[in-house]
Amino acid sequence: MNTEQRHGKVVGVNGNMVAVAFESRVMQNEVAYVVVGNERLKAEVIRVKGKRAELQVFEDTSGIKAGNMVEFTDELLSVELGPGLLGQVFDGLQNPLPRLAEKHGFFLKRGAYLDPIDDHLRWEFTPTAKVGDKVRAGDQLGTVPEKAFTHWIMAPFALSGELEVCEIAPAGNYALIDKIAKLKDESGKIHDVSMTQTWPVKIPIKAYAQKIKPTKPLVTKIRIIDTLVPVAVGGTFCTPGPFGAGKTVLQHLLSRHTEVDIVIVAACGERAGEVVELLAEFPELIDPRTGRSLMERTIIICNTSSMPVAARESSVYTGVTLAEYYRQMGINVLLLADSTSRWAQAMREMSGRLEEIPGEEAFPAYLESRIASFYERAGLVKLRNGQLGSVTIGGAVSPAGGNFEEPVTQATLKVVGAFHGLSRARADARRYPSIDPLDSWSKYTSFIEADRVAKGTAILKKSRSVNQMMKVVGEEGTSAPEFIDYLKGEFFDAVYLQQNAFDKTDESTTADRQAYVYAIVEDVIGRSFEFQNKDEARKFFQELRQIFVTWNSAPFQSEEFKKGEQQIKDKILSVGVSS
Amino acid sequence: MQKVYSQILQIAGDVITVEAKDVGYKELAEIRTKTGISLAQVIRLADDKVSLQVLAGSRGISTDDQVRFLKRPMQISCSENLLGRTFNGSGAPRDNGPVLQDDQIDIGGPSVNPSKRIVPRNMIRTGIPMIDVFNSLVESQKLPIFSVAGEPYNQLLARIALQAEVDMIILGGMGLKYDDYLFFRDTFEAQGVLSRSILFVHTASDPTVECLLVPDMCLAVAERFALEGKKVLVLLTDMTNFSDALKEIAITMEQIPSNRGYPGDLYSQLAARYEKAVDFDTAGSITILAVTTMPGDDVTHPVPDNTGYITEGQFYLRGGHIEPFGSLSRLKQNVNGKTRPDHRAIMDRMIQLFADYRETVEKRSMGFQMSAWDKKLLKYGERFETELMDLSVNIPLEEALDKGWAILSDIFEPSEIGMKESLIKQYWPKEKLAAK
Repeated sequence: MNTEQRHGKVVGVNGNMVAVAFESRVMQNEVAYVVVGNERLKAEVIRVKGKRAELQVFEDTSGIKAGNMVEFTDELLSVELGPGLLGQVFDGLQNPLPRLAEKHGFFLKRGAYLDPIDDHLRWEFTPTAKVGDKVRAGDQLGTVPEKAFTHWIMAPFALSGELEVCEIAPAGNYALIDKIAKLKDESGKIHDVSMTQTWPVKIPIKAYAQKIKPTKPLVTKIRIIDTLVPVAVGGTFCTPGPFGAGKTVLQHLLSRHTEVDIVIVAACGERAGEVVELLAEFPELIDPRTGRSLMERTIIICNTSSMPVAARESSVYTGVTLAEYYRQMGINVLLLADSTSRWAQAMREMSGRLEEIPGEEAFPAYLESRIASFYERAGLVKLRNGQLGSVTIGGAVSPAGGNFEEPVTQATLKVVGAFHGLSRARADARRYPSIDPLDSWSKYTSFIEADRVAKGTAILKKSRSVNQMMKVVGEEGTSAPEFIDYLKGEFFDAVYLQQNAFDKTDESTTADRQAYVYAIVEDVIGRSFEFQNKDEARKFFQELRQIFVTWNSAPFQSEEFKKGEQQIKDKILSVGVSS
Repeated sequence: MQKVYSQILQIAGDVITVEAKDVGYKELAEIRTKTGISLAQVIRLADDKVSLQVLAGSRGISTDDQVRFLKRPMQISCSENLLGRTFNGSGAPRDNGPVLQDDQIDIGGPSVNPSKRIVPRNMIRTGIPMIDVFNSLVESQKLPIFSVAGEPYNQLLARIALQAEVDMIILGGMGLKYDDYLFFRDTFEAQGVLSRSILFVHTASDPTVECLLVPDMCLAVAERFALEGKKVLVLLTDMTNFSDALKEIAITMEQIPSNRGYPGDLYSQLAARYEKAVDFDTAGSITILAVTTMPGDDVTHPVPDNTGYITEGQFYLRGGHIEPFGSLSRLKQNVNGKTRPDHRAIMDRMIQLFADYRETVEKRSMGFQMSAWDKKLLKYGERFETELMDLSVNIPLEEALDKGWAILSDIFEPSEIGMKESLIKQYWPKEKLAAK
């Protein structure tokens, strides 16, 4: 290790990029601090040219002068991992925001950094490894209870090869930074282990046995997603949509209802007000799986649009690293990033300042590979003890002008497993969630059999084409069977694909209930109804729809639910069927 | 004594470059020219070369003019003395009042810690039914008015300002026509709100660069007053001019443009301003209403597009009225459940019926026959347009809701509007129920 403190001097400032002349050496992506008066501004080396390094500064650069001192740290941009992360609200550099507010008041003070987890918090440690055990990085040494979870204390990820447990602390109450074990590596070197460790955010944690293909459906309780365009546990999906199409509402619903253990929300370059809403409502909501507050299973990484741009880029990496950490404990984690476009724009800003040759719409040429390697950090993994853990990533995309042909959306589509495209037309027609059922796709399978889902999709397609035709030839120009198909498609859309986010029951539908309800919808779609005329057909579907929508608000298998089901069945049987 | 530099190496656009030492990024400088003194701000440091954007523009600057660095960032005096005053884009008085020096504060300060914000919960009443009933304005909201040249957006802005229940008004004019500036000033004066207003006005004939500092000055002052517990309303017109000034400087600095010539950081630049809208925990608030003119009425143009992703909704002003479709207040749910029990129902149902009306109008223009229902819709739509949508209508929310019921009950049967029985019982005019 190099112990000498290395310094440099500022020679140029352009926006959040600072050029630094140095003497000895620098490391790519190492963290450095620019010293301005009594403030130390965190920065990261992003390019080296001769004896000059270019740094992106994670803070406002006002007042930096040529000649200011820069301290290099020899460390990559890292996060602290350990018990105590759950329920916290961090900025993109893992500073705890509520504690910053306690210390510095209303505003985010430049150059103020705090420990993400309090070093002196005490935890009830239970050892699981014994002296003499052979372990590898990521293997469990002991556990502590954290909220509703059993938090593993693991052999540090940074160690390599086989490690021998030389000492392990007995069960008891320890502070976060107390030494709880000593490990001997293959070269005979002894490493002290505490309950906390750091890990560089841009490097994936790979201390597992193998990555497995994600196949099990992830239940989001959003019907249109689970049935038509499902997501798998450990899979990836993206949600592009123009402004006002309901991206954020959809992400909030996912963060509340998805059946996973832990949700990490990375609010990246979006409105602060939206995060404030989460902060206000999550502690009040109860997670039905644990019976505890929803906040206890959530971590919020919040780098809103007015916070420094470079930290916006790091916020998605911080989020995914925390997700990978909990995956190492056999936990299923969902990471929601809103919005990855802002992250891409942060890269574009930096690339422009570096005067790199621009790609399409001035995004850097490495945009695609960065997006790909981010989504590749999702996955279902088998740990060395045989347990499974997963990270599922869902990224919102905000395409300029709502046009999906732009580079960020296109680069994202190449690497994700499911595409939930939000449509302006559906949002304008108040058809929420506004995911377009025909343009969107998924490579994963639903818990409803594929051939049965195909029937639903087929009727939607048919319905859409009849609707197009009617715009030209009018209702009178369509045949009765075509018109009925049109009504069936609209019916399927209204009672199943659309969901009322403001209704306590309808906002989330369990897998059981979806399967149950889909069977009835499927029956309606498959029936050859005999109607006297189009008006009668329209009236029938309108009425059926009314009963169905009311039924959607009735709790599953309640009295009200059973009554509604009977009404629906009676209604369906009230019409004759052609043979 | 501060060092004076008198060798300007480069003048390109409104940016000059000098060789200087010990200069901070974003520091302010003074340039003495034959015609007077102009302020300039450091926008790039590269070795000893310092680039500055000259607020008054570079016209008439000679290479041997003196540049003196002021060792401070851009600041503005902020005290009660500002009330009733008008300033230009570099913070100098535009009226005949004295130059203010007391209590200087930095502009463009750090952003608010999200954990110190609170969920907005107070409605701002404007007396305009299209806002109060259908898209309620909420304290601390940031909302643009998307419009096109020729629409009365400044009149709308002024009206909201006059009628809104706020403690003070700060107007930021960017590229404002001189007539419009006079309009604002005279209107504020005539209505007696000038004494609680502060105007920062950059007119179309002023140097472009001066326009860039207007939002920051307005918001820095607003922030100071909000921290003292005041409810501040900030009006910005027109943010498209601000964005164009950003574009101009970016191109001069040879930055790679991203979309239609705008710099890649347009989103961040706009967000840094709009995000100053805030409801402080235990203090006052800032509400921002901004005009964004859409070149060619194109909402996918980079300025309105980026704005839409930042703000909490938008009002479309078209054909002299606030368009019911597309206009959206994302925060209305926070307040419209607490006004009157029928507020949400009226809001939803009247808009749906109005959408049906628009469809009927389309059908009529294509020559289709009008059914009895269509005729009712036509009658409804016309009354909606004149009695609620017209911008000259100026009534409190409750009266507007009653008006809604009156229109509905004049035209429709209770069963035709599909509202909850209990609401019909409570609000449907009794005499009409009896008559039917």
